[in-house]
Amino acid sequence: MERAILSGNEAIARGAYEAGVKVASAYPGTPSTEILENMVQYPTIDASWSPNEKVALEVGIGASFGGGRALVAMKHVGVNVAADPLFTLSYTGVKGGLVLVTADDPELHSSQNEQDNRNYAKFAKIPMFEPADSQEALTFTRIALETSELFDTPVMLRTTTRISHSKSVVTLQNPVTDLPEPALEKNPAKFVMLPSNARKRHPLVEERLAQLEEWACQQSFNRVEKAGGAIGVITAGVSYQYAREVLPDADILKLGMVYPLPKQLIRDFAANYDTLYVIEELDPFIEEQVLAMGIEVKGKDLFSICGELTPGRVAKSLSGQAEQPYFSHSEPLPSRPPSMCPGCPHRSVFYSLNRLKAFVTGDIGCYTLGFMEPLSAMDTCICMGASIGNATGLSKTLSAEQQRQVVAVIGDSTFLHTGINGLMDMVYNSSTATVVILDNRITAMTGRQENPTSGYTLMGADSYRVDLEQLCRAVGVRHVQVVDPYQIAATRQVLKEEMERDEVSVVIARRPCMLVKRDPVARKPALAVDVERCTGCRACLNLGCPAIEWRTTAEGKGVAHINRLFCVGCGLCQQVCHFDAVGDIHE
Amino acid sequence: MNNRVTNILISGVGGQGILLASEILSEVLMRAGFDVKKNEIHGMSQRGGSVISHIRYGQKVYSSIIPEGQADVLLGFELLETYRYLPLVRQGGSVLANKLQIFPPPVTLGKESYPSDIPAKIAAAFPDSSLIDGLQLAIEAGNQRTVNTVLLGALSKQIAIDDSCWQPTLRKMVPAKYLEENLKAFSLGRNL
Repeated sequence: MERAILSGNEAIARGAYEAGVKVASAYPGTPSTEILENMVQYPTIDASWSPNEKVALEVGIGASFGGGRALVAMKHVGVNVAADPLFTLSYTGVKGGLVLVTADDPELHSSQNEQDNRNYAKFAKIPMFEPADSQEALTFTRIALETSELFDTPVMLRTTTRISHSKSVVTLQNPVTDLPEPALEKNPAKFVMLPSNARKRHPLVEERLAQLEEWACQQSFNRVEKAGGAIGVITAGVSYQYAREVLPDADILKLGMVYPLPKQLIRDFAANYDTLYVIEELDPFIEEQVLAMGIEVKGKDLFSICGELTPGRVAKSLSGQAEQPYFSHSEPLPSRPPSMCPGCPHRSVFYSLNRLKAFVTGDIGCYTLGFMEPLSAMDTCICMGASIGNATGLSKTLSAEQQRQVVAVIGDSTFLHTGINGLMDMVYNSSTATVVILDNRITAMTGRQENPTSGYTLMGADSYRVDLEQLCRAVGVRHVQVVDPYQIAATRQVLKEEMERDEVSVVIARRPCMLVKRDPVARKPALAVDVERCTGCRACLNLGCPAIEWRTTAEGKGVAHINRLFCVGCGLCQQVCHFDAVGDIHE
Repeated sequence: MNNRVTNILISGVGGQGILLASEILSEVLMRAGFDVKKNEIHGMSQRGGSVISHIRYGQKVYSSIIPEGQADVLLGFELLETYRYLPLVRQGGSVLANKLQIFPPPVTLGKESYPSDIPAKIAAAFPDSSLIDGLQLAIEAGNQRTVNTVLLGALSKQIAIDDSCWQPTLRKMVPAKYLEENLKAFSLGRNL
């Protein structure tokens, strides 16, 4: 058997391939993105980026209704967007197996909240698997697809960041070959969810859950690991690894399926111990259900609901005290927050909005970093696409004068995700706010994925490139201007004009991301500061460019310095320098 | 093979090539027959933020996160980011630090200050520590972007894995175009 070291995400893609998945769709979102990126290597899978998670799930549902196996992936908050089809899919059930991967982000490594999506399984009344390493991510993907067909239900597979992004060793197998060919088959009583049909499906959903619960008690993915200890632990997912690490002598009931719970198995296990822990991240999801069975367990009274667990946090919660590290710092350390890359086309837009004293309703993407000092030009950020609706609502409350300060800022991919609906509303209901679309021709934050404005598909094929100007005009925006954000003065002038206009306007700041892999943007030579001319006015520092550092000369004069390893020669600092101190390197 | 798990941390600044270095290392360890787990966070932290990668190997590894204060080796790609993660290293652990300072934005803006004399502070707490001029060696290897491979070479001396596991992995995982300079960079680091 061939072995490989794969991340949880790579393993899910491999599992989908081995299980004969025909269609995979997703909208990128950390920590889920690499699942679809890794589908591309398997020619039997049609893998695509959808404009948003709801569309991704609807594509998966269509594939399933045709009889093909489908996998749909998204980050935890993406499931909020896809929740509408999900809840009714629970009623229709499937034809080909359908798995929805939700990649949760405890600790908010790269997210706006840390919601626990196990609750969705209970809410939508569908089974959920939770792998504890890459091998399980691979195996559970296959089992989830089989379970989906066996019980005529969509199935969720939940990872967390530490599962998605951790690598561990897996064994690879050949793909299955005996799946039925997809074909059209009419079955309106099952697939048309009119009230009269849906009413008949609901009892089936409840019966299905009861059957699943009983079945899960017999399955090897829910297993007891005996160490002969006096302590019992019920756990699942990554928390299992921490429990094994910290409590090597405890007996463990390791759940592979976290909903519905195998109640009889839990009862039988729990009967053996005076001390029983539930070790789980985020919500007391397992704990509350075990408590409701009348079994006494210790859980969230010890382990935090907030943030992720680690071996150290588990140990500390159990013992009540933290172990002192051998080394601890005796001085404060500077933080190192992420920042926009050198040459990022977003930088000058935020620089200008800061100068224009705009009140910026922000959105989700690299440009959310426009919040950071010194750009400091983002005032709200809620969820994908929210900037535009937020700007509309905000304007409704303000004086005419303050309304002019309101600017929504949104990226190209986020605009097509759910921003366009907000823009329709803005025109329809006569808002006066200004919308800036930061069009860098890629979904950048998640690691540069293609989208309908980029002109390419996930599989690398050429595709139609959405014409943003036409799209904005089509919904009724009369003032659409395109600027090159590398031209600071011109960008600022256009922003000023449109902010002053008492009508909806859209400014498209267009320039490709510096990091785009295909047609890479040619980097210009690094720039340098002429120490004689630099007056130390610090104007260039206001750009927040990581390539610009502050140095003190031998004479004790503070001057700007450009780190040539980072500078890509975008020239923004040349434009903001009043003393002509930035120029090409002369050697 | 005993069941002791060895813990390696690699830290630095997003964009320095930490992910590729840790990928190569974990592939090498798997090739050497170990159970291996590797963990790091992608996403926001790539944008010039502080990055840390955990690599654990042994007969059987559970948690992919190194238990706090139990790292055996810390390889730091940048001085502050080496210093920052010292509390994760056990007493008597080894620290390899690249001699490079990258000033984070709050330092450039004058809001916070970069700690002074980091190499001395590391050496005082960890006698088994060394300072490596990664950039100088990378330039010697013919490409200043091979610093991560130089550092990986230096790390390879700390763990007893045969060269026959390293060479094919490097050949497999480094883009062919840059292979020669990376092989040279690795050997410069390994022979320090």
